[in-house]
Amino acid sequence: MTTTTVDRRRPAFGGFTLANLTLEIRRVLRNRRTLFFILIMPPAFFLLFGLSNRGQTLDNGAQVTAYIMISLAVYGAMVATTSGGAMVAVERAQGWSRQLRLTPLRPAAYVATKVLTAMVLGLLAVLVEFVVGAVTGVRVPAHVWLFSGLAAWLGSLVFAAFGLFVGYLAPAENVMQFLGPILAILAMLGGLFVPLEVLPEVMRQIARFTPVYGVGELARAPLAGDGVSGGALLNLVLWSTAFGFGAGRLFRRDTARV
Amino acid sequence: MTAVDGLSLRVEPGEVVAFLGPNGAGKTTTLDMLLGLARPTAGSVRIFGQEPADAVALGRVAAVLQTGGLLKDMTVAETVQMTANVYPNPRPVSEVLERAGIADIAGRRVGKCSGGQQQRLRFAMALLPDPDLMVLDEPTTGMDVEGRRDFWTAIRRDARAGRTVLFATHYLEEADAYADRIVLIRQGRVVADGTTAQVKNLASGRLVRATLPGADQVALAGLPGVDSVEVRGDTVLVQAGDSDVVARYLLTQTPARDVEITARNLEDVFLALTTDARTAEPAAVATNHLEGSIR
Repeated sequence: MTTTTVDRRRPAFGGFTLANLTLEIRRVLRNRRTLFFILIMPPAFFLLFGLSNRGQTLDNGAQVTAYIMISLAVYGAMVATTSGGAMVAVERAQGWSRQLRLTPLRPAAYVATKVLTAMVLGLLAVLVEFVVGAVTGVRVPAHVWLFSGLAAWLGSLVFAAFGLFVGYLAPAENVMQFLGPILAILAMLGGLFVPLEVLPEVMRQIARFTPVYGVGELARAPLAGDGVSGGALLNLVLWSTAFGFGAGRLFRRDTARV
Repeated sequence: MTAVDGLSLRVEPGEVVAFLGPNGAGKTTTLDMLLGLARPTAGSVRIFGQEPADAVALGRVAAVLQTGGLLKDMTVAETVQMTANVYPNPRPVSEVLERAGIADIAGRRVGKCSGGQQQRLRFAMALLPDPDLMVLDEPTTGMDVEGRRDFWTAIRRDARAGRTVLFATHYLEEADAYADRIVLIRQGRVVADGTTAQVKNLASGRLVRATLPGADQVALAGLPGVDSVEVRGDTVLVQAGDSDVVARYLLTQTPARDVEITARNLEDVFLALTTDARTAEPAAVATNHLEGSIR
């Protein structure tokens, strides 16, 4: 039949396309659940619990509301990227991965699309939180907006790896239902909901080793103005490596299985 | 356990081949190997002279599987578009939707589609690379009658244009109605392979059964068109190409009563050939037929 006329070749970039990235982003943006937990809930937390601290300042004179806003931006971004990474698990549970194996799409291109979607969602979470903050009176120098925002956003990449990792470990359609509470606990330990200083000493020591601590500290560092702490940086690097390595290993095991 | 054992099959371009066998015969395993979704324990699989995964990546082979999941929150058109985007040179989305007969539900959420509509969606996706070979694994399982009919209408329309189609099924009527050629498989081996007519010919003849104490076996065996005669107590069983002659003889020349005539159909051939020969008596008969008439 058309054998002679069909141009048979492999897709460029393993089948990764901007068109599919766009389609994927549009898809997550119309998921009301996702939008609620990522774009509505964190700013709502700010309005409910953050604004009551209006007028209070940190030791260096910065607004407490700014501190809370940045913390909640980190929280929004980490929920966004985790759920983005975990989408791989959801789609595997639905059998979509198997369907994709009947196409030229390379698994790496598929995962790259998911991670980039997660990052776009994470960026949106940070932006929405910042806009709500700015509108309700948060005032910080331009470099704080920029560097805190970038740290919250890029730091959340570790949670895209976390979502992927957990997704490969527990491939279930409802993976976010048990990841949600875990994220809340991690956020608490990372000092995103209340400053770690109010926690008991033992908890504070434990908190320093949990995965949200590093990104939270780094995102607030420009505001606190006391420089980047080595401990926080080390925390971020180690957890990124752990989750990235874990996700990578499970990804290879998953794709090797024929 | 060996699911597929030394199975070799040559399919000519443009053929519509039914891969027919009971559950557990090795159909899905064979097709999975053909598509690179499973690896043989020993030996190799080549399709169009290529590794299966390469043939799939180049779009020479496409498939509709029993299990391939769909994303429920996407629309039909989005699902096809997303798949089209990964091919360098796909057929237009509107064209494959049309050919699969689902252009009218393009905007519907996949989760709201019936089983039959979802299968036609998978078919539309499989049409995107304009494959040389279309593989369908039990494509109508779980569909209602109407869904099944619509699905096959779409497949037939496409096959008429000359595409090679290989489909696995355990529905006899599907193999009968839609295939040019039937390959019967049992325990991972091909037990019959021929055109639909040839395989049906295996089943030609009828079984005449009657109560006739002291039946004259020699006289019965001497009637024209009789293949075999068997006596079980007072019951006589006659396999014959022309059952009328046997029935007329029994009713007019003997005191036979309770005469029953049953047609052997594709189902009997199917059962005979796909049931273990040691446990099912008729299998031996049918297999002997097979050696002579096919291959």
